[in-house]
Amino acid sequence: MLEIENLHVQVGGKAILNGVDLKVEAGEVAAIMGPNGSGKSTLSYVVAGREDYTVTQGEVRLDGDNILELEPNERAAKGLFLAFQYPLEIPGVATMTFFKAAMNAQRKHRGEPELDMPDFLRRVRAAAKQLGIEQEMLKRPLNVGFSGGEKKRMEILQMALLEPRCAILDETDSGLDIDALRIVAKGVNALRAKDRAFLVITHYQRLLDHIVPDTVHVMSGGRIVRSGGPELAKELEARGYRGYAEERTTDEIASAGAK
Amino acid sequence: MNAQITPLRTPAEARLIDQFRASKAALPGNAAVALRREEAFATFAAGGLPTRRVEAWHYTDLRALMREARPWAPPPDASTVAAVRAQLDAEGPSDSVRLVIIDGVFVPEASDLDRLPAGVQVSSLAAALAEGRAAVVQHLAGPEIAQGDMAFALNAAFMRDGVVVEVAPHTDVRALVRIVNHRTATTATASAARALVLVGASATVTIIEEHVGEAGEPTQTNDALQFTLGDRARVEHVSIQRLPPGALCIATVTADLGARATFNSFAFSVGASVARRQLFVRCGGHAKTALGGVSLLNARQHGDTTLVVDHTAPAGESRERFKHIIDDEAVGIFQGKVIVRRGAQKTDGGMKSNALLLSEAAAMNNRPELEIFADDVICGHGATCGALDDNQLFYLMARGLPRQEAEALLLEAFAGEALDQVADEGLREVLMRHVREWLAARAASLPQSGFEPVGPAERGIIGNRDRTEA
Ligand SMILES: Nc1ncnc2c1ncn2[C@@H]1O[C@H](COP(=O)(O)OP(=O)(O)OP(=O)(O)O)[C@@H](O)[C@H]1O
Ligand SMILES: [Mg+2]
Repeated sequence: MLEIENLHVQVGGKAILNGVDLKVEAGEVAAIMGPNGSGKSTLSYVVAGREDYTVTQGEVRLDGDNILELEPNERAAKGLFLAFQYPLEIPGVATMTFFKAAMNAQRKHRGEPELDMPDFLRRVRAAAKQLGIEQEMLKRPLNVGFSGGEKKRMEILQMALLEPRCAILDETDSGLDIDALRIVAKGVNALRAKDRAFLVITHYQRLLDHIVPDTVHVMSGGRIVRSGGPELAKELEARGYRGYAEERTTDEIASAGAK
Repeated sequence: MNAQITPLRTPAEARLIDQFRASKAALPGNAAVALRREEAFATFAAGGLPTRRVEAWHYTDLRALMREARPWAPPPDASTVAAVRAQLDAEGPSDSVRLVIIDGVFVPEASDLDRLPAGVQVSSLAAALAEGRAAVVQHLAGPEIAQGDMAFALNAAFMRDGVVVEVAPHTDVRALVRIVNHRTATTATASAARALVLVGASATVTIIEEHVGEAGEPTQTNDALQFTLGDRARVEHVSIQRLPPGALCIATVTADLGARATFNSFAFSVGASVARRQLFVRCGGHAKTALGGVSLLNARQHGDTTLVVDHTAPAGESRERFKHIIDDEAVGIFQGKVIVRRGAQKTDGGMKSNALLLSEAAAMNNRPELEIFADDVICGHGATCGALDDNQLFYLMARGLPRQEAEALLLEAFAGEALDQVADEGLREVLMRHVREWLAARAASLPQSGFEPVGPAERGIIGNRDRTEA
C-alpha cells in the first residue's frame, strides 16, 4: 500500500533522509523506532506533503502512484493521514467547523456527497465517546489550550472520523497517561483492518504492547538500518540503540569520502 | 521677497482656495460659525494638503494622492433620494433607526425621524449651524488633539450638513442608530458631512456609521463624526466603510469622554482606493475606551488608520486592537499615539496591531507611539506582521482542506478574533458576512493552486519602532 523507495531528503541544504526504503502492506501495522533526530518525523512530514523539504531522490507511492507531486490535501483524499507529533493550535478556528470542513473536503474530492448535520454530529459523538473525549473540548478552538495528551487524543479522533487507509502515527503515545494510552491504543486497534495500513512511530515498547505490530524497523542516520518482527522492539528496549549509532557514523564517513 | 515664501500650490490646493472663496457665503452658519470656518480654512491655507513631512500623515501623502479637488456635490435630487431609500429599505437590521446623509446632505425623508427612540432627538446640522445653537457650536472644535489636523480643518471649513443626535441623560437607547453616508457617483464630486452625537450623563447608545456608495466616478469624501459623552455615558460605535474602488475617503472621529464614560469604537473597512480613518479620543478621569478594527485590503488599496488617545485625567483605560489583511499590492497603515498627561496617574493603556500579508508586494506600516508625562502608569504596545503560518496551513491541508479553504479558515479566524470586540451579535454577523464575501471573491480570483505563499525570508516586522511580539 505504502512504498518508500530510496528516499533522500534535505532541509535547508542539510541531508536528513539518506535513502529510506520501506514497504507497508494493506492490513499491516509497521513500527518505526530510532534515536532522537534520526529522521522519523521528517519521513512522516515528507510522506504527508509538507513544503519545506527537498526530495533529491526517490519515490513515495500510495497504491502504486507516486504521491510526491501531490498537495497535502490530495494525499489526504487518497487516504493518507498523519497524526502529528506536535499537533498545532489554531486559535479562532472552531473544532467542529474544522472537522466538518475536513470530512467534507475529502468526500468532495472523492465525489461523495457532503455529510448532513445530524449524520456528522452522530459520527463525532460516537468517536469522541469511544476515545473518552468530553463534548466540552469539541466546543473549543482547535487544540487551543489542550494538554499534550488531549491533543494526541484529538488526533486519533480525527483519524477515526476521516477513516484513512494509510495512517502514520508520530509518537502518539508521548504525553499520554497510562489510561489514555490504553484508550488510544484501543481506538487504533478498532480501526485495524485488512485494507488499512499503519505506520507507528514510537520510542517505547509500552505502546507496542497494546498495538502489536507486524513489523518493526529501526531508523538511524536517515535510513532504515534494520527490520524485523515484534521481538526487535523488545530487543531495542533492552539494549538501546548502541551499535546502530556506529553504523550511522560509518555511513557518514562513507558519504563524506564519496564527495 | 513675499513671492519667495508663498508656498507653491498644487492644482488641488488652488482649487480648494477658489472653492472656499466662492462658496463660503452660501455655507450654513451664523456669524460665529462663519468665523470658525474662516479660521479652519486659514489653518489649511497656511499648511496646504498634508505631505509625508507632516508626521501624522507620513504614510498618506494627501498632496500626492489628491491630484485634483473635485467640485462639491449638488444636493441629491428626488429620484436619487427615492433610489437610496428603496435600497436601504431592502437591507439593514430591522431593530435600528437610520439617519441618511446623501453626498453630505441630511435627507429627513429617507430617515426614520418618525420612529426615534424615546430620549433621542435628531436635527440637521445645517439648521443647527444656521441658528448658531450654542449646544452644537461649542462642540465643533473637538478635543485639543484634533485641532490642527488638516482633514478635520477642511471639514470644518466646508461642512455643508449632517446630523445632530442628542441622547438625553439616563436614557438607555436599545435600538441601533445608523448614520448612513451614501455617495452617488454619476459624476466625480466631493462632499463633507459632519455628525455630532451628544450623549447625556449615564446614557447609553449604539451608533453605526456607514460609508457606502455606488460604483462609478471617483468621489472624494471628507466626513467627521463627533462624540461628546457626559459622565458615565456609554457609546458603542461601529463604522463600516464599503465604498467602491476609485473613492477617496477620509473619516475623522473625535470623542470627548467625561468622567467614567465608556467609548468603544470598531471600524470595519473594506472599500475605497484610499481610505484614511482618524480617531481623536480624549479620556476624562476613569474613562474607558476600546478602539479596534479590521481592514481588508487588496488590489492597490491604501488603508490608513491613525489615532490619538489623550489621557488628561487619572485612572483612564485605553485599548487599541487593529487587524489588517493585505493582499496584492495594497498598503496598510496603523499609527497609534497614546498620550498620558502629567496628572493622569494610574492610566492603563495597551495597543496592538497585527497584520497578515498575503502577497509579496503587500505592505504594512506600523507606528505605535507613547508619550507619557506621568510616572505611575501601565502602557504597552506590540505589533506583528507576517504571512499566514505555514505550519498551521500544512496541518489543515494534511487533513484534507484544499489550500484556499485552509487559508480562508485561518483568515476568517484572524478577522473573527477582532470582530469579537463588536458587542452587538447581529452586527457581528453582518460584518462576518462581509469578511466571508471578501474571502470568497479572493478565492474566486486565485488560480486553483498557483498561489505562492510568502516565504520566511520576506516575513518580518516593517516600520515598527518598538517592542514586537512573536
Ligand atoms: N527545518 C529544519 N532545519 C534544519 N534541520 C532540521 C529541520 N527539521 C528537522 N531537522 C533536523 O533533522 C533531523 C531529524 O529530525 P526529525 O524531527 O525527523 O527526527 P526524529 O527522528 O523525529 O526525532 P525525535 O525522536 O526526537 O522526534 C534532526 O537533526 C533535526 O534537527
Ligand atoms: Mg520526531
